[in-house]
Amino acid sequence: MPGAAHRISHQDENAVVIIGSGAGGGTLAHELTRRGIKVVLLEAGARQSTETFSQIPGEAFLQLTWLDHRTQSGDWGVGRDFPAMPVWHCKTVGGTTVHWTASAPRLQAWEMRAKSTYGGVANCSLIDWPIALEELEPFYEMAENRMGVTRRNGMPGLPASNNFKVMYAGAQALGYKKVHTGHMAINSRAHDGRGFCIQQGFCVQGCKMAAKWSTLYTEIPRAEATGNLDLRVQSTAARIEHNKNGRVNAVVYRDLQGIEQRQKARIVCVAGNAIETARLLLLSDSPRFPRGLANSSDQVGRNYCHQITGFVWGIFEKPVYSWRGATLAGVIEDEAIHNSARGFAGGYRLELCALDLPTFPLVGLPSGWGRDFAAIMENYRNISGMFINGEDLPRAENRITLNPAVKDSYGLAVPNVHVDEHPNDRAMRQHARQQMAKLFEAAGAKQTVMGPTPPATHNLGTARMSVRPEDGVSNKHGQTHDIANLFVSDGSAISTPGSANPTLTIVALALRQAEFIAQEMKASRI
Amino acid sequence: MTAAESLDRRQLLKAATGLLTGFVVAGSPLAAIAQSRGWAIDLGALSSAEGATLAAMARTLFPHDKLDDVAYAQVIQAVDGEAQKDENTLHLLQVGLQEMPQDFAGLPEAQRVAALKKIESTTFFQTMRLKTVQYLYASPVAYAYFGYEGEAFSKGGYLLRGFNDLHWLPDVPREDSGPLPISG
Repeated sequence: MPGAAHRISHQDENAVVIIGSGAGGGTLAHELTRRGIKVVLLEAGARQSTETFSQIPGEAFLQLTWLDHRTQSGDWGVGRDFPAMPVWHCKTVGGTTVHWTASAPRLQAWEMRAKSTYGGVANCSLIDWPIALEELEPFYEMAENRMGVTRRNGMPGLPASNNFKVMYAGAQALGYKKVHTGHMAINSRAHDGRGFCIQQGFCVQGCKMAAKWSTLYTEIPRAEATGNLDLRVQSTAARIEHNKNGRVNAVVYRDLQGIEQRQKARIVCVAGNAIETARLLLLSDSPRFPRGLANSSDQVGRNYCHQITGFVWGIFEKPVYSWRGATLAGVIEDEAIHNSARGFAGGYRLELCALDLPTFPLVGLPSGWGRDFAAIMENYRNISGMFINGEDLPRAENRITLNPAVKDSYGLAVPNVHVDEHPNDRAMRQHARQQMAKLFEAAGAKQTVMGPTPPATHNLGTARMSVRPEDGVSNKHGQTHDIANLFVSDGSAISTPGSANPTLTIVALALRQAEFIAQEMKASRI
Repeated sequence: MTAAESLDRRQLLKAATGLLTGFVVAGSPLAAIAQSRGWAIDLGALSSAEGATLAAMARTLFPHDKLDDVAYAQVIQAVDGEAQKDENTLHLLQVGLQEMPQDFAGLPEAQRVAALKKIESTTFFQTMRLKTVQYLYASPVAYAYFGYEGEAFSKGGYLLRGFNDLHWLPDVPREDSGPLPISG
């Protein structure tokens, strides 16, 4: 029965422990428990619901966001514009699926062969994925069905909003062909016991209609209903322990009273978002694994990718009311191609965007003041927005490390996020910004305004899947190369980011990983 | 009002060190939502003079000519609230204020802008800029002024309240859009 607390003993050596309840961890928990496997799900955040989601943007931000201290370094724009906040993800049951904007495209076949496709790009650590798109396709289909993705499986598209009408008109003028209201994990009609989108425009604050897919009200209650899930909220993993054979056997965590607990485990799956997943593996060093768990390759935390982003705002003579309607329901896919004539490798998508009034000047225009700034704000209701979501190139030195100089409230080193932009990243963003400005001008904009790169919401690659152990941390099932019963179950496992917003891929990989784990457990190999 | 609230208010008044006052401009968006034309905001940590300078700073940073002074005064009220709870904030404000011209609030805009440009790199300036953005554009007064309608769940979303009412551009063909989930 949903919500029932099924207790698994701290001493139960047969438990699968999953750390994190977002797209990866929440989906994996459901898939394992429905197969009869006992799962302890540790979630650092508290449990909210459609009843408790705040409808005040500032409050909602504080309610859902991972606010624990991080430091950052490197030359990316986020360091200048958002020094205290390199990344923006959630700390709540359901993880970042509570605040995501639900764009759910697939990766393309060539994006999963990035190294082969792009050839020799200097100063990056590109690899090909250890699996081809064909191997992922059945799981994409399952994920799309489960999440109710629009324009798949007979789910209609979302109806066009005012903001999308602007994007569409400009896109037609520029000759773009693949322009529509997106593959969105938002119900365009009632589906799976959840209602349809009523165009609130509050996707980021938590969808009070539950029309947007989130593990909070889909996978997790279903996992609870199996009677096999022990969800422990406000429980923060501090380290993963191993036995003398080098197999992981327990997770040490702080419970909601801040008391240290130790859960024995048969298998541990880490799904804490790419920053915390890498941090936890690094924090779990031991005499046998002095560089941290699963890190004999020294790749844990490296190859951090965040996808290229950046806003452009178009100011029009007449109102757009961009805040009315599903935040991200609009996409142009024509630039999601590899065409080196554009001056960079990889592709990008142009995606619709709107920010509520309090958030717009904080995130959309993070610097400036005076008459020019105020003049933009005066036009708030006449503003249309877009951003780029593009492939960034992995680099060994773009990485999550432990910052020994800054400790959290439990005395553990906080993570440092280091990003130096690759020239390819800059060239892509520049190209996309020009296209967006041209598009708005073609639709009649009187002014275009370049916004910043916001704190990263797509955190990827820090424990990536690789064919060769020396190139990554995990194999094609997200099973770590070093430790057979330790898995990576979130965006950290993504080999290269491509231009697709990552959640659908994370869910598909979790569905695939669940089959593998169940099969390996049955065969007593793990 | 309960007895406890009344007492709290009296204690607050007794503790107040400064006061910002003003009148709502007739016909302004605020006039529609304001309960009375006159307003007064108590300050607990800052003096009236300090509050007036910071309010003028907030208006110089984000000059919306038709936006009522009360919107800027509410920013200073919130900043004052932080200063009451945190001595470091109060210290930062008071030290920063010493670098401002004494008659700052009375200067013409060009001179106020010039004075702020001189201190643009200071922590005081950066802090006040960020706090002003955070509080100014999040207030009900700002929502009314900018025409922002805020949350819509309580009203059934924007589905039947204008999410697709833009008619100065062509409609999107059905294949690239989608059906309304209910007939309106």
